[in-house]
Amino acid sequence: MAISSPFSMMFGNSPIKPMQEHMKVACETAAQLIPFFEASIANDWDAANDIQQNIAELENDADKLKIALRLQLPKSLFLPVPRSDLLQLLSMQDEIPNRAKDIAGIMLGRKMGIPKTLQKPMVVYLAAAVATSEQALKAINELDELLEAGFTGRELKIVEKLIKELNNLENKTDKQQVKIRAALFKLEAELPPVDVMFLYRIVEWVGDLADRSQAVGSRLQMLLAR
Amino acid sequence: MSIISEYGQILLILACLFGVFMAWGVGANDVANAMGTSVGSGALTVRQAIIIAMIFEFAGAYLAGGEVTSTIRKGIIDPGIFADTPHLLVYGMLSALLAAGTWLLVASMLGWPVSTTHSIVGAIVGFAAVGISVDAVAWGKVGTIVMSWVVSPVLAGTISFGLFRSVQWLILNKQDPFAEAKRFVPIYMFLVGFLISMVTILKGLKHVFKDSGFTLSFGESIMIAVAMGIFVALVGNYFLGRIKRDDSSDADNRYASVERVFAVLMVFTACAMAFAHGSNDVANAVGPMAAVISVINTGSVAAKSVMPAWVLLLGGAGIVVGLATYGVKVMATIGKKITELTPSRGFAAELGAAATVVLASGTGLPISTTHTLVGAVLGVGMARGIGALNLRVIGTIFMSWVITLPAGAGLAIIFFFLFKGIFG
Repeated sequence: MAISSPFSMMFGNSPIKPMQEHMKVACETAAQLIPFFEASIANDWDAANDIQQNIAELENDADKLKIALRLQLPKSLFLPVPRSDLLQLLSMQDEIPNRAKDIAGIMLGRKMGIPKTLQKPMVVYLAAAVATSEQALKAINELDELLEAGFTGRELKIVEKLIKELNNLENKTDKQQVKIRAALFKLEAELPPVDVMFLYRIVEWVGDLADRSQAVGSRLQMLLAR
Repeated sequence: MSIISEYGQILLILACLFGVFMAWGVGANDVANAMGTSVGSGALTVRQAIIIAMIFEFAGAYLAGGEVTSTIRKGIIDPGIFADTPHLLVYGMLSALLAAGTWLLVASMLGWPVSTTHSIVGAIVGFAAVGISVDAVAWGKVGTIVMSWVVSPVLAGTISFGLFRSVQWLILNKQDPFAEAKRFVPIYMFLVGFLISMVTILKGLKHVFKDSGFTLSFGESIMIAVAMGIFVALVGNYFLGRIKRDDSSDADNRYASVERVFAVLMVFTACAMAFAHGSNDVANAVGPMAAVISVINTGSVAAKSVMPAWVLLLGGAGIVVGLATYGVKVMATIGKKITELTPSRGFAAELGAAATVVLASGTGLPISTTHTLVGAVLGVGMARGIGALNLRVIGTIFMSWVITLPAGAGLAIIFFFLFKGIFG
């Protein structure tokens, strides 16, 4: 006998866990840039190549998770938060691994070196950007607790605090970006112009990682504000 | 009259057979829905759920099942019409049982969602309206019953919504949800005990003690129910005392320990659910059986005939057998599918549904436990408590009304004329 009861049919797959899983992969992808930068600074392009492969794979995983989650959210589903909010949040999360892949791809393709004096600030800057994405992950990881509490009360305050910290971290990367740009400006004349152009681009893209992480936090905040 | 004296024995045996068949279907199908919530949330193992179901289904049927049984037996049809032709009532009730049981079996095999209540009501209305005459149906009562099918899920949803909101307010949104849970959960346990006792005392016991002339005043009833509620809360409190905070699982989700407190509560609401189900759905099998037996024993359609207690026991036993033979499998399957429902939500859904069903049982309205439970879960969902709910299920419920009622009626009509042909 086939077992069919309207009661068991009414339970869909909750999107909350998959959302968190996706964000975790997104964060891991960004974090891989740290060893990638180290390898590129050491001029070890074989190692850098391996890490870039890894990043591409992780980005691919994130895409798969994204698509799977979208498919399991048909319109007939009744969710505790608006479906469109969730889907938008997911798209924003997905921007993080995309940008990480861009950075690794272009640096590997051009075998870009980083000028000696910029190396240390760049690594610190990248670490700050990755920390921002990890903070965003922390906020997203509260989603299951938010669901448990019914998206109200004390749990909201906890998330508010996490998002505030996220904004602080992003601010920090902004300031670092200004400083690195200024330092790069001073070196411009000594370097090949095309390299300088791409260096500016990398500086900007690392900043994007932090921006997009912040955007995830902001979107989450909007989702909770009703 | 001669037909009944001639074939009485055979008809009696048929009634018991069909009645047990129907009860088996109720046990195999419906009970699993009622208990699946507790299994899915991890509060009970399948084994424990079966044991609870056996005890409380039986208790519900015996202690509080009388009103609905009498509705099914003589509320849907007008017994006066059968005064001269009691054998037609016997054929009709037999065919209703057989039709509803067959339909349950067929639909389950095809994987269609069915409701035992709807099939038996459809079958009784069918044989009476077509086999006898349109006037044989007590349309006013049928209208009330159909209305209650709409009202019951809505009511259950409202109660569950309120219950879950109260949980958010009293427990989940507090600084220390674990401590608050330990403080407030006994109150919900009290509600469970109070509710069940109240309905049993007010509506059920008069069927059990009708011969002894044993009665209680309303005030006495409330006192006894309050005492039962306090007793239940104390028992629950003892078990709650054994739940300790688990810091390692709290690190992953800070509500993990809180859920374990609610899991204890869910054992109590599962009992309530089984009791409620027993009080309402056993009648689907027992009601027609009782009608047949009373006609055969008295030889006439006596509106005030006494229903022998063994009929209820037989129905209860049929349910238990259905549960043990087939319901186990259904329960395990359903339990696996509804893991999203954690104990803090599951209890709200179960208690909301149980309260509604028990209320309906007290009023004598046969309603669908499954549909009521669906309404209750939706209520929790409205309070933003559940990850994802499939709204298509509402369409499925609607479809099961549209299909089950005519199917039960059609089969009952066929069987009715068959019996008429065989026995004359």
